[in-house]
Amino acid sequence: MMELVVISGKGGTGKTSMVGSLASLSRDKVLVDCDVDAADLHLILQNKVQKTTEFIGGKQASIDEDKCTNCGICQDYCRFDAIKNESQSDNEYKERYWIDKHACDGCGVCVRHCPEDAIDFKEVVSGEWYISDTPYGPLAHARLGIAQANSGKLVSELRQQAKQLADQRGLDLILIDGPPGIGCPVIASITGVGYVLIVTEPSMSALHDMERLLKLTVHFRIPTGICINKYDINLALTARIEDFAKEQNVKILGRIPFDPTVTKAQMAGTSIIEHNDNGASNSIKKLWSNLNAEFKEKG
Amino acid sequence: MEISIASGKGGTGKTTIATNLAVAIAKMGKKVSYLDCDVEEPNGSIFLKPKITEKFDVTVLIPRVIHDKCNLCGECSAACEYNAIAVLGKTVEVFDSLCHSCGGCLDVCPEDAIEEIPRTIGTISHGDGMGVKFYEGRLNVGEAISPPITKELRKLVNKSNVTIIDAPPGTSCPVIEAINGTNFVILVTEPTPFGLNDLKLAVGMMREIDLPFGVVINRSDIGDNRTDEYCHDEKIDILMKIPFDRKIAEAYSQGDMMLDVDSKYEKSLYELYQNIANRALS
Ligand code: SF4
Ligand code: SF4
Ligand code: SF4
Ligand code: SF4
Repeated sequence: MMELVVISGKGGTGKTSMVGSLASLSRDKVLVDCDVDAADLHLILQNKVQKTTEFIGGKQASIDEDKCTNCGICQDYCRFDAIKNESQSDNEYKERYWIDKHACDGCGVCVRHCPEDAIDFKEVVSGEWYISDTPYGPLAHARLGIAQANSGKLVSELRQQAKQLADQRGLDLILIDGPPGIGCPVIASITGVGYVLIVTEPSMSALHDMERLLKLTVHFRIPTGICINKYDINLALTARIEDFAKEQNVKILGRIPFDPTVTKAQMAGTSIIEHNDNGASNSIKKLWSNLNAEFKEKG
Repeated sequence: MEISIASGKGGTGKTTIATNLAVAIAKMGKKVSYLDCDVEEPNGSIFLKPKITEKFDVTVLIPRVIHDKCNLCGECSAACEYNAIAVLGKTVEVFDSLCHSCGGCLDVCPEDAIEEIPRTIGTISHGDGMGVKFYEGRLNVGEAISPPITKELRKLVNKSNVTIIDAPPGTSCPVIEAINGTNFVILVTEPTPFGLNDLKLAVGMMREIDLPFGVVINRSDIGDNRTDEYCHDEKIDILMKIPFDRKIAEAYSQGDMMLDVDSKYEKSLYELYQNIANRALS
């Protein structure tokens, strides 16, 4: 089974549109949207949610006001500055301690130190994940709750679900739309995959992001290829990306021209492949065949 | 006064707005700090081209087991909510990149067998660029946890300056770390289905953490008016619209400032600032 993840660093390079196009070109696969903060892939895949499951990401602490004597001990132990205090009434100065749920990291340290056993420590629902049907195959996607910290865990859950689906249905490709950045959710998205495709564009920012992503995939020893989107908007920078790729021994698998129909396709809720048959569409088909050659070579 | 610039979706022009806004305010004679809190992919320096005067490591504390004292009781691993420490055979392993530095294991170890050592996860640099005090946090490649860098970075702010915070994309914990407690949040979006979907998520975040905010629509003429309608229905102020301008796109790709494309942007960005300052004060 091949797991391909598409990442881009910052975003805005057209990564999700690209994944949507690859989805319509490939057969027999499971799709995964690992951008659990801001999932967009389903918007161009005409998805129908089949199954919704709550995601328990971790625990959270909260103070039971009836038991709390406001001694303040817990605050001394919280390294996340999540335990706050404030005076409560106007005439009589009284401290009240409370936990900022956005700041609480769920470490449980305060719980053990409270002399009154006044801190509840419970698992919390920190998002949902979904299995959808799409015309291109099943899609696993998710929605991490606002201000939640466990994006890596949710990403791992999605990948696990996708693998099960692929096994059950005998599908041999898992196509993953990766999250932005290089931190926790990205690491969870690329660990152990068969191939990483970096979508970049000729801008200084994207070049900088790509350099960091490449370091990351080298660090995790994952075979990687590059696709330059909108390559024709700045040929000088495209040449710089190509030089850099050569230096790093990374293949450029695709050059996609700037094509305003990409946005039009998005407005229409479809991928560019359905939308027209020239320009970007053709180049993406070429990218797809190059990718397949890479899969064969890299096993 | 702290203004943060955020967006659900990356690539909407957040850094363009943040850097150009900072310079536009500085040109009006105010003292301005720009904080690049997008520590996973910091790009502000490409535009502000700062002269870096100071650079230091950001460290977190992680446990180290003193094996001579350890009796392999396993209390540490039972206390760790992140599976970052485990008794494996005859030794205790710490998985550095999973550790949240909470101190829990050290706290429960009955043998006093755990000490803490600093581990570098990134750097902070500081300097001046285009009349703006520049601060940048940068997560080392391979590290998973970025909020401690953002936290350190925000401590450096001179409260009397106008501070522009360039936040990471998304709605999860690194974003909250960057924008929490700021006086106003600008959400940058574009009028496409992806942009709108991500804007809705960002608005959900703003309502959850209860900060005043408004929307800037970038490339305002590339899509349709669904974003306008949404903002109208939700009573969200659209602070500024920037039509697509090929010259801005070119400047961006080279790492140049939008302000240098056309002087009208300096005026409109300063007005944006004044508008926000008035709201934040009232
Ligand atoms: S669980 Fe940890 S992070 Fe949360 S309040 Fe308690 S000590 Fe702080
Ligand atoms: S340690 Fe317990 S009793 Fe003391 S302030 Fe905290 S919650 Fe209240
Ligand atoms: S709690 Fe202390 S003594 Fe027990 S296994 Fe952990 S390090 Fe060793
Ligand atoms: S410091 Fe906290 S997160 Fe790190 S190993 Fe110890 S208990 Fe686990």
